[in-house]
Amino acid sequence: MASRDDILGAVRRAQPPATAHPGVAGLGNRFPDLPAKFAEMVAVVGGTCLRVPDLAAADRALRELPVHREAKRIASMVPGVGAATFDPVAVADPHELAGMDLCVLAAELGVAENGAVWLDVRKLPHQALFVIPEHVAVVVQASTLVHDMHQAYAAISHAPGFALFLSGPSKTADIEQALVIGAHGARSCTVLLVGA
Amino acid sequence: MGHAESAALFVRDDARAHWHDQALWFVRQKRDAGARSVPDWEALRERAEAIKAHTQSRLAEYLEEFERNATRMGAVVHWAKDGEEHNRIVHGLLQARGAKLLVKSKSMLTEECRLNPYLEARGIEVVDTDLGERIVQLNHQPPSHIVMPAIHMKREEIGVLFHGTIGTQAGLTDPKALTEAARQHLRQKFLGATAGMTGVNFAIAETGGIVVVTNEGNADMGTSLPPIHIASMGIEKVIPRAEDLGVFLRLLARSATGQPVSSYTSHFHGPRKGSELHVVVVDNGRSALLREAGFRRALACIRCGACLNTCPVYRRSGGYSYTWLIPGPIGSTLAPGRDAVAHASLPFASSLCGSCTDVCPVRIDLHHQLLAWRGEIVARGLLPAGKRWGMRLASWLLRFTWLYALAGKAARLALRVLPPAWTRALSGAWGRQRELPVVPPESFRETYRRTRGQP
Repeated sequence: MASRDDILGAVRRAQPPATAHPGVAGLGNRFPDLPAKFAEMVAVVGGTCLRVPDLAAADRALRELPVHREAKRIASMVPGVGAATFDPVAVADPHELAGMDLCVLAAELGVAENGAVWLDVRKLPHQALFVIPEHVAVVVQASTLVHDMHQAYAAISHAPGFALFLSGPSKTADIEQALVIGAHGARSCTVLLVGA
Repeated sequence: MGHAESAALFVRDDARAHWHDQALWFVRQKRDAGARSVPDWEALRERAEAIKAHTQSRLAEYLEEFERNATRMGAVVHWAKDGEEHNRIVHGLLQARGAKLLVKSKSMLTEECRLNPYLEARGIEVVDTDLGERIVQLNHQPPSHIVMPAIHMKREEIGVLFHGTIGTQAGLTDPKALTEAARQHLRQKFLGATAGMTGVNFAIAETGGIVVVTNEGNADMGTSLPPIHIASMGIEKVIPRAEDLGVFLRLLARSATGQPVSSYTSHFHGPRKGSELHVVVVDNGRSALLREAGFRRALACIRCGACLNTCPVYRRSGGYSYTWLIPGPIGSTLAPGRDAVAHASLPFASSLCGSCTDVCPVRIDLHHQLLAWRGEIVARGLLPAGKRWGMRLASWLLRFTWLYALAGKAARLALRVLPPAWTRALSGAWGRQRELPVVPPESFRETYRRTRGQP
């Protein structure tokens, strides 16, 4: 506790005179065709966006993809989408998820300016489910799309637990700036945009 | 050895120096495209600057608010005055839980505290999991760039390194194959880890959450499996509200790599179910910098690396020519505040072109700060003797018109009659890589007098 008080005391003595918080109003980007921009940006960040009318169509579209056809261990957090081979709720230790091929996830919202989706991991039985599978598929309702990050933060709340913006698959350019997809997390990210 | 001497070694390999320059210029161009894609870019930068200035003016309050809310969310907040205390806290946590393998995602703060050697000396294996950081760790080097730690290495060198360390086949140079090998190697480390550690990009006072940004997902792998997550943050990482993230996240990745946002922007509010979250808040010289009215703006840095990528000096001299672990313009403004004697050469590792200031997403006046630091270095008598006397001489020369005119005459005469090798030697550093100019028949003053009469 001594260090805490020392640090806070030193900071208090060092602080410059008060200036106002400028707020975040008046910033942002607007797109004429929200679903089209979102789909475009998912592709820019290395993902694949499929626009489907409803969940049944999302299921059909997903099952045709190699990431589903070639998958042996599949979990789905979206009822009716994907042919789940096991229920992660029954898995006690997240380490046992290693080697799973595909996880189907539901996003709370999608952001058009950067192709990111907001995943509320609090609703999942294991935090690792968005990062440990070889591939992920994310279901986004078109009605949840927002234009930019300002709108996104206005829409989300921060209860205890973990959540994230996921934008495309895992990637790296650490070797000579050559972009490689599939560093540690998912090797592909399929976004199923429903209702647009 | 100062920056100029180390840089001279770097540019000795001309082809490599050009390759390095071009690799970084490529990233700078991607940043430009990213910035241009946002119509309110300049408004965003101004807002980010103002939010950071406001936060600094109430930093103690926001730190307390963060601590209160993080605790409410179930995290444990620790405070460390310096690197030694930080390392002691981290080691204590690991030791108490018998953790022997720590997987760590990128954190310049833990580099600053020299955490890895501290833990390794106490029997804990530390694995850096960012691909670039793992490469330099296996190569026993610090990062040469804050965002792209292995930007100085060529694929052939990484192939040789991986062959010798993680057992890839000899002659492998394809970045895809090398990355795949690292994925498999690090996957085993993730699965075997007994503790995970991350840095902190932003700590939200209002909610008590921390935000960690990666492209690889290594922070997420490292915190989703082990029973404990330790996050280290400098006191300057706190921001007032979650909505402020909209501003910073629209700037950060675009400034760093030109991406619209990083692949994983992870928000931790308290620990994962059945695990622990510890946040170590570190001062280590930051409150002292906050006291300096002229230099505190450097604390607003969000570590995007844009000033490195654009800097003509960094691009042509490499990260290891700097005497501080954070290279480039931002490192050169931060380092002398810690130790002006050890880093006296860094404020001079700049052409003062101002490109760093132009690209900085939080509008730190980097080149003004570098100039101000030069003044400090001179005032504290830390200038090398050659430069000190040179400047004194120039000051005399410029004070007397007759002396200046005489020196001009002498120089023109010398350039005309002396062998070029002599005059180049006399011209000092300037002539080392340049041809000296052809001498005009008369000076500007003489021309003016001849055509327009008395000046």
